[in-house]
Amino acid sequence: MTVTYPLLVNALIAGLLMGGFYAALSVGATVAFGLLDIVNIAHPTFAVVGAYAVLVVCRTFNVDPMLAGVLLMPVFYAAGTLLYRVYYHFFERRGDDAMRGLAFFFGLMFVAEVVLIMLFGVDFRYVQAPYITTTWNFGAIAVPLRLAVPFVGSLVMLAALELFLKKTFIGRAVLAVAQDPFALRLVAVSPERIKRIAFGVACASAGLVGAFIIVIEPLQPSVGREFIGRVFAICVFGGLGSLPGTLVAAISLGLVENLSTIFIGASWSPAVAFGALVVTLAWRPSGLFGRG
Amino acid sequence: MANWRFVLIALCVAAGVFGLTAWLNIDYLFFAGYVILQYVVLATAWNILGGYAGYMNLGVSAFFALGAYTTIALQTAFKAPLPITIPAAGIVSGMVGFGLGYLTLRLKGIYFAIATLALAVVAETFVTNWEYVGGSAGAYVLHSRQGPWFGSYTEYLFLLMLALATLAVVVARRVERSQFGYGLTAIRDDEEAAEASGVPTLRLKLFAAGLSGALMGMAGAPLPYYLSFIEPGSALNLSYAVTTIAMPMIGGTRTWLGPLIGSLLLATAQQAATVTISSEINLLVMGVLLVGFVMLAPNGIVGWFRSR
Repeated sequence: MTVTYPLLVNALIAGLLMGGFYAALSVGATVAFGLLDIVNIAHPTFAVVGAYAVLVVCRTFNVDPMLAGVLLMPVFYAAGTLLYRVYYHFFERRGDDAMRGLAFFFGLMFVAEVVLIMLFGVDFRYVQAPYITTTWNFGAIAVPLRLAVPFVGSLVMLAALELFLKKTFIGRAVLAVAQDPFALRLVAVSPERIKRIAFGVACASAGLVGAFIIVIEPLQPSVGREFIGRVFAICVFGGLGSLPGTLVAAISLGLVENLSTIFIGASWSPAVAFGALVVTLAWRPSGLFGRG
Repeated sequence: MANWRFVLIALCVAAGVFGLTAWLNIDYLFFAGYVILQYVVLATAWNILGGYAGYMNLGVSAFFALGAYTTIALQTAFKAPLPITIPAAGIVSGMVGFGLGYLTLRLKGIYFAIATLALAVVAETFVTNWEYVGGSAGAYVLHSRQGPWFGSYTEYLFLLMLALATLAVVVARRVERSQFGYGLTAIRDDEEAAEASGVPTLRLKLFAAGLSGALMGMAGAPLPYYLSFIEPGSALNLSYAVTTIAMPMIGGTRTWLGPLIGSLLLATAQQAATVTISSEINLLVMGVLLVGFVMLAPNGIVGWFRSR
């Protein structure tokens, strides 16, 4: 197949837009993994649960999917804090049990997927919104809005999260808890409370990202699995817990994936993320922006 | 108990099980027994790395499917029979376990777990794109109704799996009571202290990852014959991984007995449940059991009895 100039540019644009979405999807996992030491491998599946929740809200109240995603964030925040309480009680409190925690999230991921299959079946589901079917054309260059709207949403979400972490007291406490929970106690801040809030925020992101997922492509219960390799490749490559790193890593992955789609074939794209993950782990486990 | 005596007992038990099922001669018994024994192999194999060393392999389905697809590839190329493809599957899966371990086991266990989970996705991509072994459409494997020596073909597969299960249990027990196993236990308890005391941690982990992967691959090798038809989605089903991890977690991860008890209990219950209730509920129960046992009984059934 001949690679023409417009094809290449369109692939790069699509890669950039998908990369923004990947960043939003990964940010919850990178906050939990990098800052809180909670390896939530179920995060992509939580985002798929979010997508189904968006579907239900859209169908019931006839609202825009993006708005539904924003409305769902408090619900996901509450569920996240509750989940952290469970995690803390059974795993973190007993110490050195990260591996059992991993089995816990792995089990949760599976249970969530089976429940989704039981509730919604394995058919592809989708929502309607004017921008999903619209594409802006600039000559030979096409910008599909179903990718551009989640891209903008992702950037807004990342910026808001970065402001929260850097400018607010609680946000700074979250960054502090990653470094020294004991020091936090000395200034009369409970590390558990801070981690609970932070995990809630990470889960809240899954609600909004759910809206992005269903806007970008039709939804099916097992799509979360395809994201796992990508999400953790991005987390590790971006340097755990760093939001700018996450964005750079996610956009790089989006670009590489889309280029590989035109040069090798679309069906190989999951292998790209895996390759990136393994290469990163083998040669630079602290990631691009990691500390040493 | 000396090792040779345990091997003798294990062989006697296996012979007894086979004698009993052969005497009853109900084909369904072979059919269901095959799956139960397959999980005995998977759970025991998983536990060598996951239980003894505490390194969680979430990509069980990848190793398992790798074994199944090794059989398909060798069958298509040379018409190789199962007694040849099973060891070959062991070599392929063992090498993948070793290779992935080499790239990620120097890091914290969590990175290995994530890499194995991602491996499951990439293995699916790989077999979906590999037309020679059927690609996304899947591949048929035809076999005679009669087994090569006696009885039905299902009985033959059952016998093979019984031999594999015996092998896996004997190997796991041997590992547990050797210097290799003590080293793995030291890694689980405190890797830095183990390293400081002169335990060659990386070498032991690599060897455990290879051995564990090899046994899982061997468990998958007869699958195409058992199902007669195989496609990426079913061979790489995540439920294999969840069930395999749930079994040692429920039985207990510290000894060879734990995965054996867990797999016999769970797989038998599962076989009974598939007949009576829907398979989705079946899977749901498996996931809930895994989560529940991890939360409430971290040392499983064996640990619960030991602590009393």
